[in-house]
Amino acid sequence: MPVNPPTVVWVPLDAAAKSVGADEVAAAIVAEAARRRLPVTVRRNGTRGMLWLEPLVEVETAGGRTAYGPVAPGDVASLFDRGFLAGGAHPLGHGRTEAIPYFARQERVTFARVGLTDPLDLAAYEAHGGWRGLRNALARSGAEVVDAVTRSGLRGRGGAGFPTGIKWKTVLDTPADRKYVVVNADEGDSGTFSDRMVMEGDPYLLLEGMAVAGVALGATQGYVYLRSEYPDAERVLTAAVERATAAGFLGASVLGSGKRFDVEVRRGAGSYVCGEETALLESLEGKRGVVRYRPPVPAVAGLFGRPTALNNVITFASVPFVLDRGADAYRDLGVGRSRGTLPFQLAGNVARGGLVEKAFGLTLRELIEDFGGGTASGRPVRAVQVGGPLGSFLPASALDVPLDYEALAGKGGILGHGGVVVFDDTADMARLARYAMEFCAIESCGKCTPCRIGSTRGVEVIDRLVAGDRPQRQVALLRDLCDTMTHASLCALGGMAPLPVTSALDHFPEDFGLAPAGAARDARRS
Amino acid sequence: MAVSPPPLPLPADLAQVVESALAAHAARPGALLPIFHAIQDRAGYVPREALPRIAWAVNQSQADVLGTLSFYHDFRTHPPGRHVVKLCRAEACQARGSDAVVADVEGRLRVGMGRTREDGAVTLEPVYCLGNCALGPSAMVDGRLHARATADRIAALVEEAPPCR
Repeated sequence: MPVNPPTVVWVPLDAAAKSVGADEVAAAIVAEAARRRLPVTVRRNGTRGMLWLEPLVEVETAGGRTAYGPVAPGDVASLFDRGFLAGGAHPLGHGRTEAIPYFARQERVTFARVGLTDPLDLAAYEAHGGWRGLRNALARSGAEVVDAVTRSGLRGRGGAGFPTGIKWKTVLDTPADRKYVVVNADEGDSGTFSDRMVMEGDPYLLLEGMAVAGVALGATQGYVYLRSEYPDAERVLTAAVERATAAGFLGASVLGSGKRFDVEVRRGAGSYVCGEETALLESLEGKRGVVRYRPPVPAVAGLFGRPTALNNVITFASVPFVLDRGADAYRDLGVGRSRGTLPFQLAGNVARGGLVEKAFGLTLRELIEDFGGGTASGRPVRAVQVGGPLGSFLPASALDVPLDYEALAGKGGILGHGGVVVFDDTADMARLARYAMEFCAIESCGKCTPCRIGSTRGVEVIDRLVAGDRPQRQVALLRDLCDTMTHASLCALGGMAPLPVTSALDHFPEDFGLAPAGAARDARRS
Repeated sequence: MAVSPPPLPLPADLAQVVESALAAHAARPGALLPIFHAIQDRAGYVPREALPRIAWAVNQSQADVLGTLSFYHDFRTHPPGRHVVKLCRAEACQARGSDAVVADVEGRLRVGMGRTREDGAVTLEPVYCLGNCALGPSAMVDGRLHARATADRIAALVEEAPPCR
């Protein structure tokens, strides 16, 4: 009797998939296959990023990987009944995974492997193009690597958008006895999960990007400062560091080059401000996460006073592509001064939430309507917050703005980490504005007065405004306060917390008990 | 001359947790966060009685050690309840109705946000983003992430699940 090879069924182990029952689905598939005496191997991958379909089960068939989702444990028997092991039709079926329009219309560069492979499978990483960037980096001088990163146009993906190559050149050119590579994996912005998806779904990609920086800049120690809210990412990443070190991709002699580069994962402790780079360094040094004065910038004097290449997860994860396929291949994507791709994250009240990696330049409307399918509630979109808790609220009328750093800045917004949070018409914008100030008060490190005191006063003023207590006076006071915070705070927390507040006030004054936006303009004109 | 270590006035099992955390991490650069995490992972909190010994082990003042400990939202200086429920308060979950869920959970579990119930059964804590922003409201119950949280679900998990330690 011929022995059929087992059918491979993929069930994601990403935290988002597990949060909707992926582990239970995987167990149910194993149990059902055993009951029916069918040869099935269940393997675990990262998520494809189509989160509304999670748990998204994929079957390896002659026609490619075929998708079913969202699968509940109770659906498993009917999937077997309808022959899903051969790609059979089922109400939960979506055909070939990579033909699903949401996925097919993306430009997966940084996320090319996420969801495709077993995240900890070193052989799969290498088979899908892994380590080629690092090998190329080892064959070149540090200056050549830095030059390639500079020419790629890669800018810091954590939010500030600073050119990565310029930062790295500063580290390279600053003499020191020791240098460090530090990953800011303290992705604290609400509405963002791309860092988490990479760390859980393709951890070697991050380690390769770090190792490129390490060997090019002469740093021997790398740290990943990872937020404590991501226990799954910590487990995957820690295992990835162990395996990559044991296999010689990290450690005493990276790929036999004689260059040392070690990586350690350090867990944060629930502080949002530690996503600010200098507060992060203080925290890594075992201190309170209090922001430092700049200069000196971390590239000159960072961790333990040494030159430090400090970038966000997605920035490091973008580097292997640049070194593998060349600066021009990366630079050819995008628009204006925003080159390459950005993994946008569609979140909040959206029907089809998930990760959309696209070249810069698609509009917010395309993202929310074409990809996201509008709101989850089915009600009209009222406001969108791009770029996390320090990002502006944009009204529904502003959705045609292209998503690049400069275009959003032109609308008074920020692109930040690429998180897009959608609110429907039940959102209370005064309450959200109050929350922005409250959050700033909770998370302020306390070093500078505008942020520490201003955020608490901001909550009080908004409360008086909403209560109808001499509203024009409160508006003047609130704007004055926001102006002080914007211009006098030491870092982006206090400096940008006013953005959601003033944008809510500008676009949705009626929520604060004031005349609607159009009426206020008319009144000023007359 | 070596100064003898300050006493560790704790029950033997807790003292052992502190000792082993210090043995594993005290020599690392920037050791305090790893030390606190190692203690809290096993004991559920960082006992204040341990601070003199921690300060001695890392050669810092007790003020520095307490300053670091008290800065971070994660660290507790009192034992938590047998179950720890963290509810996301951030914007993406608000857009999916988390404010109502928080109020419902407070009512169902009979405990206020940031507090431990008097019978020690459950601690309710706010969290600002669990990175599951497309599937909110998000909750973490005894270290496990749950999507589309409702008060019924949370209450069932707290009643059914074995204690986290």
